[in-house]
Amino acid sequence: MQHLLPKILLSSMVVLGSIVLGVAHAAQSTVTIEAPEMNPNDKMSLQRGAKYFMNYCSGCHSLEYMRFSRLAKDIGITDAQGNILEEVMKKDLMFNTDKVGNTLSVAMDKNDAKEWFGVAPPDLTLETRLRGVDWVYGFLTTFFVDPNAPWGVNNLVYPGTAMPNILGALQGDQQPIYQTETVEMEGGSIQQQLVIGVKPAKNGLLSPQEFDQMVYDIVNFLSYTADPGKIERQQLGVFVLLFLVIFTLFAYLLKREYWKDVH
Amino acid sequence: MSKAKGLLNWIDARFPLIKTWNDHIGQYYTPKNFNFWYFFGSLSLLVLVIQIVTGIWLTMNYVPSGDRAFSSIEYIMRDVDMGWLIRYAHTTGASAFFLVVYLHMFRGILYGSYRKPRELVWIIGVFIFLALMAEAFFGYLLPWGQMSFWGAQVITSLFGAIPFVGNELATFIRGDFTVSEVTLNRFFAFHVIMMPLIIVGLVFLHIVALHKVGSNNPDGIEIKAHKDANGHPLDGIPFHPYYTVKDLWGVGVFLFFFCLILFFFPEGGGYFIEKPNFEPADPLKTPTHIAPLWYLTPFYSILRAIPDKLIGVMAMAASIAVFFVLPWLDRGPVKSIRYRGTLYKTILAIFVVSFFGLGYLGTLEPTPGRTLFAQLFSIIYFAFFIMMPWYTKWDKTKPVPERITK
Repeated sequence: MQHLLPKILLSSMVVLGSIVLGVAHAAQSTVTIEAPEMNPNDKMSLQRGAKYFMNYCSGCHSLEYMRFSRLAKDIGITDAQGNILEEVMKKDLMFNTDKVGNTLSVAMDKNDAKEWFGVAPPDLTLETRLRGVDWVYGFLTTFFVDPNAPWGVNNLVYPGTAMPNILGALQGDQQPIYQTETVEMEGGSIQQQLVIGVKPAKNGLLSPQEFDQMVYDIVNFLSYTADPGKIERQQLGVFVLLFLVIFTLFAYLLKREYWKDVH
Repeated sequence: MSKAKGLLNWIDARFPLIKTWNDHIGQYYTPKNFNFWYFFGSLSLLVLVIQIVTGIWLTMNYVPSGDRAFSSIEYIMRDVDMGWLIRYAHTTGASAFFLVVYLHMFRGILYGSYRKPRELVWIIGVFIFLALMAEAFFGYLLPWGQMSFWGAQVITSLFGAIPFVGNELATFIRGDFTVSEVTLNRFFAFHVIMMPLIIVGLVFLHIVALHKVGSNNPDGIEIKAHKDANGHPLDGIPFHPYYTVKDLWGVGVFLFFFCLILFFFPEGGGYFIEKPNFEPADPLKTPTHIAPLWYLTPFYSILRAIPDKLIGVMAMAASIAVFFVLPWLDRGPVKSIRYRGTLYKTILAIFVVSFFGLGYLGTLEPTPGRTLFAQLFSIIYFAFFIMMPWYTKWDKTKPVPERITK
């Protein structure tokens, strides 16, 4: 069983390679999906997102710049005095460590991961700032069935992704929507099949609305981890700008008073 | 005698405190008609101070090693108290510095501040601009993000274009055969110590040279030509309190916009903190689009517009070097744009459009169409300087007043 994964990977690469060399090949265009507006103030959404992340993503993906202690404070896993509910954190969210001050590291060894998937699953703390909220939301919602891919799935937003469809059981299967395009080349023209969308094919455990809400919570959570200080920063900013308006007004009046002498 | 006055006299007997204050601030006479364009010198000084102060605090927690640089910055952003404020002030300050310096330089072009007897003030200023670009370039490697790494890779490899010594030179600069942790270590030393010392030294010389000849003004006439019985220029006012108080109000306005960005839009739409830099450097993964930050893009555009690497490098160097000789290219009889003719104003406007065009194109991926535009704008850019001895002579100027207008 140990060497089955790399074997599957290798044989799939060969199959994929031979298909690409064929005359009629399925290439993919990248499509942008628009995510709903993120809300860092929605602590319930962030808590659900943390839960989903720990259950579905943290096996492969780390959040190495995020500490459990800060997470607890920011998403409201605290008592009435604001102290972190350590036992709740340890029971429900902390799977790799028992120190609440530690960061969300991943148990999977990076070298193993590279061997199994072809590329180590990246850390996701800053993913929404790197690729944008729309990209991440689109990525999580546009997996479709592709018998030629190593894990049997491909992705509309990130074609050729090495990631399996972790949420597949919840969303259900999706099929690609093709569009045939004629491409002029030197020897003549070829027919190219582009994937321009996805459509639901088989029901999953969640309804489409429930699934979209789940993905929203995950992306909202990731958008929080990318910039946990956002709310504090903007709140402080209001006071700073207010001060500067008053300061500048007085500085101007002082200038005007002095400059009355100058003609 | 009060204790304060006693202390002042004690110091002044041993250090030229009062004389220095009078010569450069209290009794230093400046033209009374400074306008909007004259805020940017003092604002440049302000941003220099901001960068140095925030830089010092960042250096307390930043680690210049390949495996810890990126995470040390996230540590500053998350775990250090107000670390995010210091970091964002530094990134906002970097962009603000160039905005302010470009406007400061443009004032010089508008009013002929580079003309005799201020050629040396201008030349020292161009050296500061050069030092600033180097400082920004060295600093941008430090976050060790994807764009940091690959931007440095591209620019250091440009030195390889120089014939015979190119490759050795590039290796010498990088400290390695490719950008690596060795490069990071030395760029850290350059960014934190070498260039700041050079910049501060040059700024000192810049101000000393300026104070020797006195400031120019929007009318481009010399206020020292008409003095009163005390030997003070009739159209001059002491720098303090008039310009200290006026610059203070300018600082307030500037800080408002600075803080607006810092607290609400620190990424600047991807222009102040670039998206690819949210990923640690990976020497095995090249980004699809490598470009420097917005303030270096005009010159990058000129480099990219020319298909040959060596000539491209030479053109980019020439595009900056040409600023040095500006005082001798301008053969017009008047200093200030207020008294120049339509010919000059039109050409200057076209130059400004080309500069913006080059800058904008530099942020985009090159296509054949965009490269054509970049080549066109590059020609206009160089023509502005090369043709200057002629069109400044042909230009129909207006008579210059004897005394300052408002």
